[in-house]
Amino acid sequence: MATVAVAGTETTHAPPAIPDFEIVPKKGLPIVGLVLVGLIAAIASNKLWPVEFFHVAFGALWTAFDLFLGFVLGPILARLTIPARIEMTTRLMPKMLLIMPTIVLCTLTAGWQLGRFVGPIFSGHPDHDLIVASYVIVGVMAIVALSVLEPANVAVLVELKKPRPNPEVIQTLMRRFIYTAGITGALQVATLVIMTKLGAT
Amino acid sequence: MTDMKLPPVTQIAVVSFALIVASGIWIVSHLPEHVPLGPSAILIAASALLVVTNVVLLLRVPDFEWGRFFAVAKWALLAYCVIAGMLEWVFIKDGTRGGELAVLTLSLVIFAVHVPLLMGYTVARYPETYD
Repeated sequence: MATVAVAGTETTHAPPAIPDFEIVPKKGLPIVGLVLVGLIAAIASNKLWPVEFFHVAFGALWTAFDLFLGFVLGPILARLTIPARIEMTTRLMPKMLLIMPTIVLCTLTAGWQLGRFVGPIFSGHPDHDLIVASYVIVGVMAIVALSVLEPANVAVLVELKKPRPNPEVIQTLMRRFIYTAGITGALQVATLVIMTKLGAT
Repeated sequence: MTDMKLPPVTQIAVVSFALIVASGIWIVSHLPEHVPLGPSAILIAASALLVVTNVVLLLRVPDFEWGRFFAVAKWALLAYCVIAGMLEWVFIKDGTRGGELAVLTLSLVIFAVHVPLLMGYTVARYPETYD
């Protein structure tokens, strides 16, 4: 229970209320399924437009999410009061658990197919070096996301489901989430530079 | 936060992922030309060894909360198997065969096992109740 000393007297507060939430929002699963079916259909069609649509649309979403989380929402979240932060976390993080892997999968698989159509993924293409540079950036983002960001996301939600969550654990994990979101956000800027340069040539 | 003495599972996983990523970049940056598979095979073997190291280290942690580990890891495994399956399908559809396909498949298997392991560990390392 949180205890705050005020002007020599000790005031005891009830622990912040945690709204009921699902760690994985089941209502979102059919939407994810639908998107993945669309992705399979786009790749199986062997046509340029569907894979270009998936790569550009989901790539834009990925970049926007990372930049927004890392540089706008993250710093705001860090300054909120604990009850507000808990409320925000229980509403935002379960959705992120479905949204981010779906967006990343769509962007990368459609991007690979787009690269086959347009050519830069093949060695010998004039823009091949740029594509390899983007592999390195995406690789670093994947390492950060898979080893720190995603596990922290899941662990925060599981901690909040406990009868008496430990605020210190939540704070540590949220800090980790926000910092890594900032790193991936910064790397997204490099991806933007490469992709727009590719688009321009 | 917790008194449990824990092995450096996350740090080992980071190195394991980095080896897989390096191996993957090595292969795809050579396509469609012939890819020398030696460097990739070494990287994959080292990455697999790190997965085994992590499993052994976790098995040796006394009173590790395996119940909560598996409660998270099994669903993460399902999700990452779907992701790895889709990537495998894309590689096969694009005509990747032979040694390249074998190395890429092994990379995906390591990825699909190690990410859930890390998620399960990150959840289970914090106790259900605190003193």
